[in-house]
Amino acid sequence: MKYADIVHRCFRCGYCKFTSDYENFNCPSYRKYRFDTFAPGGRMWLIRAWLTGEIENSERFQEILYSCATCGSCVEHCAFTFREDLVNIFIAAREEMVNSGRIPPAVRDYFKAISIHGNPYNLPAAERAAWAENLPVESYNGQEYLFYVGCVGSYDERGRKMAQAVSRLLSKAGVSFGILGEQEPCDGNEVRVLGEAGLFQFLAENNIALFRERGVKKIITLDPHAFNAFTKDYPEFGGDFEVRHYSQVLVDLIESGKLKPKAFAAKATFHDACYLGRHGGEYKAPRKILRAIPGIELVEMDQNRENALCCGGGGGNFFTDILGGDADSPNRIRVRQARETGAELLIVSCPQCAKMLEDAIKAEGLENCLTVMDAGELLDASIHED
Amino acid sequence: MENITQALAEIVGKTYVSGQAEERWFYGRDSGLMPAHQPDYVVLPRTVEEIQAIVRFAGRENIPVVPMGAGMSLSGLVIPQKGGIVVDMKRMDRILKVNETARYAVVEGGTSTGALHAHLNRHYPRLRFSIPDSPATTTIAANVMIHGQGRLTQQYGFNSDMVSGLEVILPSGELCRIGSCALSDDWFSKGPPLPDLSGLFLGWFGATGILTKVGLKLYPRKKMRDVEIFITDSPDFVPGILYEITHTEMAEDINIFAQPLPLIFKDNHHIVVYFTGEDLEELDFKKKKIFHALDGFIRNKDGGFMTIGEGMRKTLLDMPQRSATTFADVTRGGGFEYSGPIIPIDRYPQCSRKLDELAVKYDLKYHATARVIGRGHAMMFAFSFTFNRADADMLERTRKALHEASEYALSVGGLFWKPTLDEQRIALAKMDPQTAKLMKMIKENLDPQGIMNPGNWEVPG
Repeated sequence: MKYADIVHRCFRCGYCKFTSDYENFNCPSYRKYRFDTFAPGGRMWLIRAWLTGEIENSERFQEILYSCATCGSCVEHCAFTFREDLVNIFIAAREEMVNSGRIPPAVRDYFKAISIHGNPYNLPAAERAAWAENLPVESYNGQEYLFYVGCVGSYDERGRKMAQAVSRLLSKAGVSFGILGEQEPCDGNEVRVLGEAGLFQFLAENNIALFRERGVKKIITLDPHAFNAFTKDYPEFGGDFEVRHYSQVLVDLIESGKLKPKAFAAKATFHDACYLGRHGGEYKAPRKILRAIPGIELVEMDQNRENALCCGGGGGNFFTDILGGDADSPNRIRVRQARETGAELLIVSCPQCAKMLEDAIKAEGLENCLTVMDAGELLDASIHED
Repeated sequence: MENITQALAEIVGKTYVSGQAEERWFYGRDSGLMPAHQPDYVVLPRTVEEIQAIVRFAGRENIPVVPMGAGMSLSGLVIPQKGGIVVDMKRMDRILKVNETARYAVVEGGTSTGALHAHLNRHYPRLRFSIPDSPATTTIAANVMIHGQGRLTQQYGFNSDMVSGLEVILPSGELCRIGSCALSDDWFSKGPPLPDLSGLFLGWFGATGILTKVGLKLYPRKKMRDVEIFITDSPDFVPGILYEITHTEMAEDINIFAQPLPLIFKDNHHIVVYFTGEDLEELDFKKKKIFHALDGFIRNKDGGFMTIGEGMRKTLLDMPQRSATTFADVTRGGGFEYSGPIIPIDRYPQCSRKLDELAVKYDLKYHATARVIGRGHAMMFAFSFTFNRADADMLERTRKALHEASEYALSVGGLFWKPTLDEQRIALAKMDPQTAKLMKMIKENLDPQGIMNPGNWEVPG
């Protein structure tokens, strides 16, 4: 296994579980399960035990490995020099499990759906651009930007609303962009983190070839997960595109005066998406959008930026739902944290976070006092006010 | 097995009980070098009543019960020697009360030191507690249970001396309050002026009961804090230096470290002196007093103050001190362990020389660290070795070095801190027989079935 020479170096001291100030545990799977086996240190020790034959690849072991949201909080807070590789180690262990053919059924089904249908929803590619119906969105044909929407933005009802808002804003600002529509492939980020390295390579290489064939040089992503794959992993396969998350583009459009936010009075808090924040290093852009909207009072949750609690959707859990299901699920904890700020809007920058947190609001019975909005949706709404 | 799992699930909920191989494997060992032994079950209770039900059930079924915090003693104190139920206390993590005026806090038995540190920082910035150098996951209950030490130990003694009350579940399952909280809701004293019953539990590693609440004394937190390091190349000067610094009554904390690597530290003994002040005037005054106290050593060229870079200063002032943990990776191997006897401070030179000798004999990387306890009444001296967990030969050499260090420490009058089972055995063998008999009486009366953390403090005969 890759990184097998590192796993024994974990001291299981537990710093990886915490926020920077030690006030809270910040590992989403540990928050839910509370067995030390479900914390990063537990995984490190169990992976080693598995490699040395002391434990087997059981259903429980799979649950432990696949409940990791790959949120990167452990990378942020581990005390040791190998911390940069913590999430990579967990992914490498998943790769070994995939290679052994023993993985959770939900993960197996995810891979199967991607392989057969090119998306995790088992829906036809023809429906991929349904979100853009009735919008003046062009097919990509050499425009400056490819607007890459991704599977969640294309198929999920919640994600589609985000895609629509962002495309309206891009159009309004006069940005030259197009979409691939039914030809848009899955970016493969979740394929990779769920451990199917071969399938990911296949997707990445095909996508890079497609993008080149269509003359794509610059990409705007809706989903931070795609942003992560394109910026961190595609270069390994020769994909050297200029990639930006939509929030970064919107900030430029606001600052250049091409988008002029109008007053929108609301108290809002912002949830950092792991793949934009901890993985992508981008904490400012979504907040700049919020601060640019007159009337928005931004209040931070105690756990924000590098200390933000993951919504529990990362690492493929959005599709496998291993981390969901009860009041200690991270998405439900997160909406309670948002509620504590007194905010009426919970702003996100990721379609997976949007869905996870919206579901949690329903489960917590907070529909009357807390609403999830994407930063793009909020900006779109404020501009639409006139 | 199935019936027992079911019974435990009825107490704590099925998601918080496991008899699965992964939890049994993980909870059967700690980061140190003690042999593993697996529990049969791990449970995560949330309430006092749940723990009472677990203990009563265990009593009826004659199953061992081992309470556990973060499992960071390194000496195997929560390895379930006879299997049974490991009770992971960390879901009981609420901070129940802070009495600002009377300066104490009451926390549940699984509350981490990190959480209390953060809570005081946020809500009571003028209060602090004696935070240990162990990782922030360490629970307060476990820390006082092992007579831990921390940042205020030089001034106020062991962290267990700072306990201001306990709530304990006895091996019978009965709930008992110790100290002023036994008479009222005030948690200001663990015993005096009543008979101090806390000694029936503190230091027993859960062999006489499970701590479900701890009252902890809080202390003034000054606005400013700084550190200086005095260096000498001879361990023989260290006790005298410590005597002079403690005489000033100006220091917050005093640690000593010596290590061969990196080379900047080689052959020297570093006396790290922390001090605090409400303002610069107070800070400077204390610093001057400490500096002047060591004038004689400087004049005789026996030592001097070291220049501390900003990076090092920041590391030293960090609380909890994360850098202490990183000693585990010096050999890129994920482990360290120490024999940390409590010794009179005049034994520092011989312990230091013994550590040098053991490091050479067993070809190990070492770190000597010591902390002054209670103005020099004693010190903890750690014979600390780092090891590579993947190197079986190094593990064995480390075990031998630690065993030899323990025997040596006992021979020079030391008392074992958080002793391993082996250390407990040799301590009991050396102990006054009447004292050992008294310990046996206490254990047998409180836990006649011997179900509580069995193996620990078992007096033979």
